[in-house]
Amino acid sequence: MKAIVPIKRVVDPYAKVKPTADGAGLDSGGAKFEINPFDEIAVEEAVRQKEAGRFTEVVVVSVGKGECEEQLRKALAIGADRAVLLETQEPLDSPAVAKVLSEFVAAEAPHVVLMGKQATDDDNNQAGQMLAAILDWPQATFAAKTDFAADKATVVRETDSGEETLELPYPCLVTTDLRLNEPRYIALPGIIKARSKPLEKRPLASVPAPKSSVVSFAPAPARPPGRKVGSVAELAQAIKDRGVF
Amino acid sequence: MSLLVICFDPSELSQVAGFGASFGTYDVLLLTGEAGNAGASKIHVANLVEVPPADNIGKSVASVAANYTHVAAVSSMRAKDLMARVAGINQSAMITDVVKVFSETEFERPMVAGSVLARVKAESTPIVMTFRPAGFDKTVPGPNGSVESISISDTGRVKRVSTSARQGGRPDLSQAKFVVSGGRPLKDAATFEQVIGGFADKFGAAVGATRAAVDSGIAPNDLQVGQTGKVVAPDLYIAAGISGSTQHMAGIKDSKLIVAINKDGDAPIFDQADLGIVGDLYEVLPELEKALS
Repeated sequence: MKAIVPIKRVVDPYAKVKPTADGAGLDSGGAKFEINPFDEIAVEEAVRQKEAGRFTEVVVVSVGKGECEEQLRKALAIGADRAVLLETQEPLDSPAVAKVLSEFVAAEAPHVVLMGKQATDDDNNQAGQMLAAILDWPQATFAAKTDFAADKATVVRETDSGEETLELPYPCLVTTDLRLNEPRYIALPGIIKARSKPLEKRPLASVPAPKSSVVSFAPAPARPPGRKVGSVAELAQAIKDRGVF
Repeated sequence: MSLLVICFDPSELSQVAGFGASFGTYDVLLLTGEAGNAGASKIHVANLVEVPPADNIGKSVASVAANYTHVAAVSSMRAKDLMARVAGINQSAMITDVVKVFSETEFERPMVAGSVLARVKAESTPIVMTFRPAGFDKTVPGPNGSVESISISDTGRVKRVSTSARQGGRPDLSQAKFVVSGGRPLKDAATFEQVIGGFADKFGAAVGATRAAVDSGIAPNDLQVGQTGKVVAPDLYIAAGISGSTQHMAGIKDSKLIVAINKDGDAPIFDQADLGIVGDLYEVLPELEKALS
């Protein structure tokens, strides 16, 4: 069984990000870039399935600028077999990424697409479902546990009220949630060693125009400063005074 | 311009009026349960026994959605699952977690763990949205203009084998008026349930947890509050043993009153809580329980 894992290059999720003075862009203060943490969970899951003999090939793919190579190299170091960068300088929204990926996935014809439930920069939570919709594949979002048997995939997924177990025929698309696994640590030598693995860059002749775009960014309003109280009695009184109890 | 709001069950009907009013009139598609007041011009009632997996009803819901320029649902995991699928089928623009409507095509939404608000423009219709009711007026909806039944078909392609719900009896986090949350200092699942759960049950409050608590197995995942978990907007939010990461604060900043209890007086949560007390949560919570009872 072959798996495709799309990954996104995002600014370090722990970096302080704020709007630029003119509100036209975001300033992350020179923070480094990472694989979107949910996509990293997807890479880890695919590699574990390969190690367990369930998957035979794990292909990672990214859509964007040349710098995405850095994240693809890391995915190769985790254990993916090969990487493809669908290269473009154009801005992309989730529908455009899903469209570009759908053509790639259709050509690769894998059994499974595994990807993060959302990216930590735009927090959209859209691309996976849109990709499944375009391919007309079954989907299981928010996966907490997977079992890729020969005839079907069984996915335990997080829901608003607990969890549920779904069975999906192949080919299918699964998006990953936090509890699925803890990605392994990759030291620098591992990343350098992965240099011998194939990474192919394919320039995209054109990409679909975005269906939405950001007009401006503003900082989220800060809450007015609060106060520390000295005793529980004072705290209880202050809560009652605010009329919320 | 025409708006359809998709409600998964009748509990969501009361949350659509404030958002819907930004567009004038709107219709509702109710997937399960019986029609109630939603202030809709028309409410389509699908009367499904339970909400099937998104894949199985995606096309059927998308065909109803195709009659509207705008389609929305209250933000939740099930809404993100289904609405993005519908957007993919109908080749729609999609705006997640709308908190403000500027016009028919421009909306405000949080990004980067809520540290940034983006003004987003949809370049084409149809537009699919999820929205957070806390950002809108809590209008009590009036009666609906008309009620019609509608058929939503289930392809049965994906099979739901089982479901398991959280421990019963406690209010739903995203709609609760009072939330008590705990972090990693709660040690283990039994302590968390006894200390945080016990306090919550005294006041009929909902229970929440940090990502760190969930990751370390102290609390179940569906209690996670924050950027990648649930967004809450209660009247009172008590954070016990929570340091106040950006990720967690993104999920609670719409709360009316945030109270922080932490041993570490320098914890970042004290900068953003309305009221804070430096102390051991194992001592403070029981005392507070007595003082508030």
